[in-house]
Amino acid sequence: MSKLLKIKNSSWMTSPTIRALGALIIVFVIGLIFNADGAFLKWGTHRDMLRAVSVYGLLACGMTLVIITGGIDLSVGSILGISAVSFSLFCIHFSWPFYIAIIACLLIGLACGAASGLIISRFNIQPFIATLAMMVFARGLAKWMSGGQKISTAVQQADGTYKYVPVPDVFNFINSKILWNNISVVTIIFLICLLVSAVLLIKLRPGRYIYAIGGNEEAARLSGVPVNAVKILTYAMSGLFCAVAGICQASQELQGDPEAGFTYELSAIAMVVIGGTSLRGGRGGIWLTLLGVLTIGYLEKILSINAVGEDKRLMLTGAIIVAAVLLQKTKK
Amino acid sequence: MTDNTKSLLLKMSRISKSFGPVEVLADVNLDLYPGEVHILAGENGAGKSTLMKILGGVHTDYSGKIKIEGKETDFKSVQDATEAGVSIIHQELSLIGSLNVAENIFLGKEKSSYQWLDKSHMVEYSKGILKNFGLDIDPKRAVDEFPIGIQQMIEIAKALAFNAKIIVMDEPTSALTEPEVKKLFKIIDQLKEQGCSIVYITHKMEEIYSIADRITVLRDGEYIGTETAGNLPCEKLIQWMVGRELSQQFPRHTPHIGNVRLQANNIFVPAASTNPAPRVGNVSFSVKAGEILSIAGLQGSGNSELLNGIFGTYGKDTKGSVEIDGEKYKIDSPSKSIQRGLALLTNDRKSNGLVMDLSIIKNSTLACLPCYSRCFWLRPADERKAAKETTESLKLKAESLNQEVDSLSGGNQQKVVMAKWMQTNPKVLLLDEPTRGVDIGAKHEIYELMNQWTKDGIAIVLITSEMPELLAMSDRIMVMHRGKVTAQFSREEATQEKVLSAALGKRKPA
Repeated sequence: MSKLLKIKNSSWMTSPTIRALGALIIVFVIGLIFNADGAFLKWGTHRDMLRAVSVYGLLACGMTLVIITGGIDLSVGSILGISAVSFSLFCIHFSWPFYIAIIACLLIGLACGAASGLIISRFNIQPFIATLAMMVFARGLAKWMSGGQKISTAVQQADGTYKYVPVPDVFNFINSKILWNNISVVTIIFLICLLVSAVLLIKLRPGRYIYAIGGNEEAARLSGVPVNAVKILTYAMSGLFCAVAGICQASQELQGDPEAGFTYELSAIAMVVIGGTSLRGGRGGIWLTLLGVLTIGYLEKILSINAVGEDKRLMLTGAIIVAAVLLQKTKK
Repeated sequence: MTDNTKSLLLKMSRISKSFGPVEVLADVNLDLYPGEVHILAGENGAGKSTLMKILGGVHTDYSGKIKIEGKETDFKSVQDATEAGVSIIHQELSLIGSLNVAENIFLGKEKSSYQWLDKSHMVEYSKGILKNFGLDIDPKRAVDEFPIGIQQMIEIAKALAFNAKIIVMDEPTSALTEPEVKKLFKIIDQLKEQGCSIVYITHKMEEIYSIADRITVLRDGEYIGTETAGNLPCEKLIQWMVGRELSQQFPRHTPHIGNVRLQANNIFVPAASTNPAPRVGNVSFSVKAGEILSIAGLQGSGNSELLNGIFGTYGKDTKGSVEIDGEKYKIDSPSKSIQRGLALLTNDRKSNGLVMDLSIIKNSTLACLPCYSRCFWLRPADERKAAKETTESLKLKAESLNQEVDSLSGGNQQKVVMAKWMQTNPKVLLLDEPTRGVDIGAKHEIYELMNQWTKDGIAIVLITSEMPELLAMSDRIMVMHRGKVTAQFSREEATQEKVLSAALGKRKPA
């Protein structure tokens, strides 16, 4: 009898998907109870939550890949900053066509990520240190590119006066809602990137290698897995998603703030961990991260529609991160 | 009789210990007189380390009695054992490199008043101890600033700093140079005069006879006997160490030996950071199609490092050249080696053979994933089919191929590793302890598989620490000692005694 229970236990309770889903459902039910006079029952609330969480979600996509290899990427917020600044610069000041601006930003993000990956794999430096260095460097780069100023539509003229230029169309499009105002474009972008990560992790060979490296790097290496190349690819993908997030952030704020994305890496890590991806590497998945992103997104939304002050919101979020991770903890 | 027991410093009687269902020690005895050097001898896996871990308070769940100076003791922890005067010098250094010498010597026993460390006292005290050993070094310098030989001496000084009466030395000379060994032996003499007793484990014959007073031999976890060194000549000692009947449980078929498949020339594996001696020094050998060549050797002989070096585990650090089917190349990386037709089954599947979190299918296709994907897209159906075929041919037992390998038994885990390598179609299989941690039934199946593979023309290089397996499965045996080849035997020539004496460092007369 007890054995039967145990088997049931192990197949249900220990499945990370079920646990992450459980956490999300609990938060959702809390939302239904404290629904702020029906505000939680309106689609608009959910749409806005998704919009608010999309930029973080994009960072969490890359972070998931990195964490499954057993690494960590602290530079995501700073790369977002560079991307936001350069996207604004390219579109508003240089008046580049939007597609060239987008490609340039993606390449910058990709290059920053690949550089971290190269330092980590080629020179065997701990991911924490290497991406910490990239975090500082990229923030500096963002400030240098912007001259320490926010890149807004107020463009300085040759005579020193400021003149407002119209907001580029691409900003307005990314900042808009589609499908009869029912979903934000940034949310669609997030979902596309989520899908790309899922395909990479589940359907493609490098994805398998990402799990193998995180599970047992030495065994993977001795099985002929190109460990260095896969690590560089992983950090480059993370950089790429950061660049996408930066483009979205700039469009939402209608400006490129060199401080954009400050401390976002911590939110991204929290979302991945709450989803149930193990920081030890080798275990987890992108769909778990989606659950983690939604859990945090709903939590924030519920607290804000119930007018809970920021002080209490932060304290509660901290407590809930611990609770969620305790829920995930498997005994072996 | 009673007098005799009273004067004993240590008496361990009828010690038994099991790990799960496996009994590793059965009714083992060991006693020590004050001021003697007692050699504990036996092959790999004889139970020497386990016995010493019991004495040192590491393993606490055993049966049997331990008496120190006639008083029965029951150590609950390493601290208990240390307090009772037992000190163990482990084979691997247990010093903390970034701390200074005095801090290491006093680690866990710091002198302090109200949590305020009395540094000057500790430094002075350490200096005194080190001087006793003829080491005139500054105890305020960090341990990792010293060469490995000095570190070993510091380790010994640390073990002796606090009134140790019983000192266990587990292969203390493996990292020492000749003059340092002499120094160590001098210290041992000094300790004997002070009435300390030493249990000494070594794989080197010349050391045994230069310092031993008495010798106790263990074999397969059993107590064989104790004798004074004078009454136990080398030949008899080896007989005691191996002395088992060879049973007919090994089904090696007569091989059809073909052309040379693997030729290794002057393989040199440089020293690791913990030991200044090169791990493998210019070893050459060849294996033919259908042949099983065994590389015998005790711990530290470098046989495992030789296989890893050839496979590319240490990358380009390994010097020498390799030819597979006549094609010569320089050692590069594991992935290149796999493409050239090598496969290495490592001796520790948990730490570097399997990805425990992944399923049987995913582990078995890991080394050959490009075969099951087109332009980076995986083809799960092909993977499943290939995994099914190979695991069935290996008689792997599992509920489902999607099961994580973590949940499999040792034998089945080993078969997953084998399945992985069979999928790469290897020309040469390097098998490092393929039957370690595998039950009898699965062992037999692995022997049959080796027969099948050699019949298919694969060349096998085998390392095994089980003597019966070694003698029965090999067509040829090469013996290594401290990184060098000391003897080669054909299947017919080889006996347990010959192999063991070569493994202990006695060169075969040419």
